[in-house]
Parts: sequence; C-alpha cells; structure tokens
Amino acid sequence: MAKYLLLKHYRGAPTAVNDVPMDKWTPEEVSAHIQYMGDFATRLEGTGEFVDGQALSPEGTFVRYDGEGRPPVTDGPFAETKDLIAGWMVIDVDSYERALELAGELSAAPGAGGKPIHEWLEVRPFMAEPPTITE
Amino acid sequence: MDEALLRALAPTVISVLVRRGADFAAAEDAVQDALVEAVRVWPEEPPRDPKGWLVTVAWRKFLDAARADASRRHREVRVEGEPVPGPGEAVDDTLQLYFLCAHPSLTPASAVALTLRAVGGLSTRQIARAYLVPEATMAQRISRAKRTVSGVRFNQPGDVATVLRVLYLVFNEGYSGDVDLSGEAIRLTRQLAARIRHEEVAGLLALMLLHHARRTARTCPDGRLVPLAEQDRALWDTRLIAEGVDVLQAALARDRLGEFQAQAAIAALHADAQTAEETDWVQIVEWYDELVHLTDSPVARLNRAVAVGEADGPRAGLAALAELDPDLPRYTAVAAYLHERDGDPVTAARLYAEAARSAPSLPERDHLTRQAARLNSAAHRG
Repeated sequence: MAKYLLLKHYRGAPTAVNDVPMDKWTPEEVSAHIQYMGDFATRLEGTGEFVDGQALSPEGTFVRYDGEGRPPVTDGPFAETKDLIAGWMVIDVDSYERALELAGELSAAPGAGGKPIHEWLEVRPFMAEPPTITE
Repeated sequence: MDEALLRALAPTVISVLVRRGADFAAAEDAVQDALVEAVRVWPEEPPRDPKGWLVTVAWRKFLDAARADASRRHREVRVEGEPVPGPGEAVDDTLQLYFLCAHPSLTPASAVALTLRAVGGLSTRQIARAYLVPEATMAQRISRAKRTVSGVRFNQPGDVATVLRVLYLVFNEGYSGDVDLSGEAIRLTRQLAARIRHEEVAGLLALMLLHHARRTARTCPDGRLVPLAEQDRALWDTRLIAEGVDVLQAALARDRLGEFQAQAAIAALHADAQTAEETDWVQIVEWYDELVHLTDSPVARLNRAVAVGEADGPRAGLAALAELDPDLPRYTAVAAYLHERDGDPVTAARLYAEAARSAPSLPERDHLTRQAARLNSAAHRG
C-alpha cells in the first residue's frame, strides 16, 4: 500500500474543461456536486482506501521568524498568489495506477449543466518509510 | 448497561478518593481505570451498589499505582491498607470538581478536555475522537492540565462564570464522531444546576435545551443546513422546549439578568412562534438590546441587525449593520440576506458568493453558495 495526496487548487492548476464558478450553477447542480463528493469519500471508506480529507479556507498568511525576541513577520494574504490549495484527500492504495484512477473519478464530479467539471487535481506520492529488509 | 449513569458517578468517586488522601491527578486516573473495568464487568455481573463498587475498585487501582510508583522510586509505600475515613462532606465535592477542571489557569481547550474526563467520565479516546485529534495528543493535553491544577486546593471557592464558559464551548462543538458533545454538555449543566442555585447556570441550561430542541430540524438528512425560518417546526422537540422555558422563567424571576438568560429568552421567543411569520421580532430586538448592553459583543450586535431587519424592515437592518465592522465573521452573509429582503437580488447574489468564500465551515459555505446560485439562476431565467 502507498499513500497519495490528491490536491485540489483554488488557483494554480490548469483551467478545468467545464470552468464555471459555483455560484453561477443552479442550486440543484450545487447539491449534486456536494452529493458526489460525499459519496466518493464514503465509497473509499468502504474499500478501505480513505485516510483523510480536509477543505481549506482561501485566506492564508505567510509567516517567518524575524530573530530573537521579535514577533514573527507576517505577509499576505496575497490576492494574486499563483498557487492556492483548496483542500485535499489522502488515500492509501495498492498502486500509482489506482491513485490516478481515483483522482480521475474525483475530477468527474458534476458541475454546471450537470456535466463533469474535468477539474485538474494534483496527485502527490507520500514519502514512504525506509524498507525493513534491505538485502 | 446505562453508560451515562455510570459516568454520572465519576466525579463523586474522584471526590471520595481525594477525601481519603489521594491527590487529584492520581484519583482521576484511578477512577478512569475503574470505569473501564466497570464497562467490561458490569454487563455480566451488575453490582448491587454501583457507587460502592466503583469506590472499592478505584481505591484499589489507586493503591496499586501508588505502590508501583513508590517501588519505582525506591521509597516507602506511603499509603497502606484500608483508608481512615475522611472528614465529613462539608462542601459539595462534585461542584468543587467543576471549579477545578475549569480553573482560570487552564486554557479553554485544556479545561474542556479535563472537564469531559474528570466530571464527564469520558475516556481519553472518546474525547480525542470527538475533537478529531490523535489520542496521544489528547492524553498529553489532559495530563498537562492535571499538572497545571495540581497545586490548587480542592476546596477553594471557584468562579461559576469560567465553568459556564467551558460547558458552553462543549455544547457548541455539537456532534462529531461517536460522542454527542451537545448532549453531554446538557447532562453536565443539568448536574451543575441541581447543585447550585445560580441564575446564569439556569440560563445556560435553558439556552442549551431550547437549541437542542431544534437539532433534528436544523439539518437535512444529507447534511444541508436549514435556516430557522425554513425549519419544519413540527420536528422541534416540544418536551425540551417546555423544560427550557420552565427553567428560564424560574431564572428570570430572580431578577438577576445575565447573558445566557438573555440568549435563552431569544431562543424561547423563536420556540414560541408556531410559524416563522408569527415570530415576535420586536421583543427579540429588545432582548438583543439587553444582550448588547450586558456583553457589548459584536456578534450580538450583528444578530441584532438581523432582528431589526425583521422588526422594522430591511432598510433599518442595513442601517444597523452599517455601524458594525465589516470584518466581523458572517457580516457579509447578513448583508446579503438583508439586501435580498430589500429587493436587490443582484447585490445579494454577489454578497452571498463573497460570504461563501470566507465561510468558516463547509456546511455554511455550501449553504451560502446555494443562496448565490438560487438568486443567479432566478435572474438568468427571468
């Protein structure tokens, strides 16, 4: 088994095929989308492949150390940040191919007009534990 | 086996151990172990005297731990054999336990965790699951909290206000994982109200009961939020409402108003309306005025603006809103609602979409997105 992070971006991913902001969908389309995402997570729990899923608020702040005895420096939020993460799902699957397959299914979530969004998701492998048997 | 009944005994048993000379941290650990054993043993062999059983087992666990501890440190065993009976119960020990677990030296998160374990008798695992953190993290939080209060004398008078804040936080956490924190908060507040005659304890209990009564109506089976005006009022729990109103009336009769009583009064006025249209918004605004006077809370002012919008029309609501800081959480959502009521769906849709982007929870974000979508698609069709 190997863990993968499926990353969803507010900004920074290539443009989706069906790229309409959610508030321009019909309420029924919004509901269908939310239902699809919920069902997807439930199904992965059922197959024993779900680890975690979280959504992030769009406002972020950059912070760095500014020396002994000084408060940390903050910067942002930046309206123009090129890359902005919206949320993630962590899955634990048998193969890279399975991770791609699931990301593809998640990207097929229905959007405007009830058609799949074809949203671009980023698939990132977790760093694994070093092997116990090395010879 | 009635687990709530078992857990209700936890604070009493801790108190007995403390009176026999155990320090609070060790007593609390021993009682946790005894509770675990009770869950295992009682279904097969129910005890005749549950409290006596727990005291005996917890005391044995305490002695075992003290002996193991002592031999680890190569020193004399301090505690031996059966205890000498302590002095009589001069003060209510369970009440003291509430004060200790909500001690002002604790952070809110620590006070919540310690209260749920020592007063509520929940296991560390249950608390960890309810707050979605790893069990080891919650165990650390609890043991740090116990160290923080280790120097506090058990019989010091405490501050009811800090206890109420802790219980309020637990109630607001709602239902996550396998523990119903709202239900647990009600149980603990009820137990507190039975021990102390205090208007705000009653006020908080009434507030909890009145909100809990709406729980089934507040969300659809698919998790969607249902605003108060659209809730199916037939789903409201009339028994809880009746109890909440009784508790509140008794508290108000003592004529020492506080913020929880004021909030409960608002909830009671909503509960009293057969339909959303029958809501007595004028009285609700008066209660918000009291609440603002008592707390000067920006959240109370924001909610007041909504009530003013209902009582005196959306323009009046928008005027009340204009006096507040636009960076307040949910300010934009309130503005969107008032603009829609004022017959400006274009502005409302834009504001709903903006509010969705800054929503603090997914159900709220989904709700606000749907509101924007509803107005936008209506405009599209028209």
